[in-house]
Amino acid sequence: MKNARLRIGYIPLVDAAALLVAADCGFAQAEGFEIELMREVSWSNVRDKLNLGLFDAAHMLSPLVIASSLGLGHVRVPIITPFNLALNGNAITISLQLHAELSARTTGDLTDPGVSARALAQVVADRKARGAEPLAFGMTFPYSNHNYQLRFWMAAGGVDPDEDVRLVVLPPPYMVESLASGHVDGFCVGAPWNLVAVEAGLGHILHLGCEVMAQLSEKVLAMRERWADDNPALCAALIRALLRAADMISAPEHHATVAEVIARHIDVTPDLVARVLAGTILLSPNGPTRHNPRHIVIGGPTATRPDPVQAAWFYAQLVRWGQAPLSEEMRAKAVAAFRFDLFDTALGTSLGTSPAPADRIGAFAGPEFEPENIQDYLNFWNSRRSGPRLSLVR
Amino acid sequence: MRKGPVSSGSEPGEQRDANLKIAIVDESAVRAAILEDGLREAGFTQVTRIEETRNLLARIYALDPEVILIGLESPSRDTLEQLFQMSRVVKRPVAMFVDQSDRASIQAAMDAGVSAYIVDGLRKDRVTTILDLCISRFNAFSRLQTELDQAKGALEERKLIDRAKAIMMKAKGLTEEEAYALMRKTAMNQNKKIAEIAQVVITAAELLG
Repeated sequence: MKNARLRIGYIPLVDAAALLVAADCGFAQAEGFEIELMREVSWSNVRDKLNLGLFDAAHMLSPLVIASSLGLGHVRVPIITPFNLALNGNAITISLQLHAELSARTTGDLTDPGVSARALAQVVADRKARGAEPLAFGMTFPYSNHNYQLRFWMAAGGVDPDEDVRLVVLPPPYMVESLASGHVDGFCVGAPWNLVAVEAGLGHILHLGCEVMAQLSEKVLAMRERWADDNPALCAALIRALLRAADMISAPEHHATVAEVIARHIDVTPDLVARVLAGTILLSPNGPTRHNPRHIVIGGPTATRPDPVQAAWFYAQLVRWGQAPLSEEMRAKAVAAFRFDLFDTALGTSLGTSPAPADRIGAFAGPEFEPENIQDYLNFWNSRRSGPRLSLVR
Repeated sequence: MRKGPVSSGSEPGEQRDANLKIAIVDESAVRAAILEDGLREAGFTQVTRIEETRNLLARIYALDPEVILIGLESPSRDTLEQLFQMSRVVKRPVAMFVDQSDRASIQAAMDAGVSAYIVDGLRKDRVTTILDLCISRFNAFSRLQTELDQAKGALEERKLIDRAKAIMMKAKGLTEEEAYALMRKTAMNQNKKIAEIAQVVITAAELLG
């Protein structure tokens, strides 16, 4: 592996930080390899170039790893992850007008996702009653937390995401413009686009992602299983370099330095990146800021070591929303894609017995998630689904 | 290159192929036009370019194409992927043109910078001609682009050298040939391009003039 040069794809987002810092701040070189960062414009491109071997590894939506491994939507290529790049980081932003409508429908506290979801259900019902166009929400990819967080939130209030609203995939840089033009009424997207919408005076951040699910694997470093098998030393070196970069990012005293590096790759100001990293988020134009250190979590054992419970949760979402059938075989494949064993081998440690909360997702509504019992979890949600459900293709 | 579907004659399905509805989604209007011309020359009559990607799914729905070609620089590719899932948004489900047995052609398409989607049930061999044509036009376009960039670069260099020559002729009383010879000798000695030396001369003249 002497002087190896890895081509690693990424989408310009703050949660690619560990990769960007590992490449630019000497962590890769210290492990004896170099990272060639390959900037991409779509998750489809990232997935296809990784599948074809044009990339050695890639910054990837966590649920997309599962979808790829199961062969959903395209040819099956076993993709795994040995490293979690970030937890959380998304937010649900809505137009100022929709925010006013929600406020008018509730006396409760709209910062509570249960309250806002029920208010949304009323707005949706009103629109339906007067024959208005359904509300539209932007999200980034069919296999993304943005899709699942929006769906989870609205379904908890009684809105059927497939029947009552329109969910449209939009590239993150188009989100703000689509909100401004009225093409969508809200969106769920990662940093920094929510803040960009607020600072442009166009949107209101309704919920941080971590208020919908306390702990959700957002992006991982993905690679072909075959590549990991063929290059064990290089894979381990990559994991160590990313871990050290992530630790640097998580240290507040380095925020200014790493914000410069990250900002350079994603074309926003270092100041904006620093505020995202610190979890200090302006919620509405000239409005209050909320400080939540869990807004985006990079570095530390729970945020870097792949967690099979998260993989099982993603698989449960695929099934819940009709993207995959439920089978023990598929569940096992999904869970096996989150390779904490490679992480442990690279560090010469095992965190296998570390205490973890019983529920490692922490959703604001519904039962605790038990990775071994997806059927009961789905039964709970399906029983709450009102009316007949139209069957979806896949 | 294979011939287009119409020219080869009377097999059943030939006429249908000429009528395949094809949509092109490309950030580059020029390249999209080149591709459209190519497809029409090959006998495909129903080719539409979608230049405005706002509300892309609604446009696709209205058009109901059987084949969608999209440039890889378009971030809207992710929007198209939603077509795999949403039977209510499009009339017919769409799949990516992937064929495990034909990895080489997929790789060639990615290298050329294009991806193809087809409606479910359409036989892949009916699309091969289109994809081959697409790859060759995309590659030809990027060759043209490179040549154009080189030509522009050469013109810029020529202008720089002419300005530097004029400066040197005036400052040192040299003839045009002498000025050029001096720059070329300096460039060789310093292992640089003449245009770089010319730029230095111009910068120096601006600073000192």
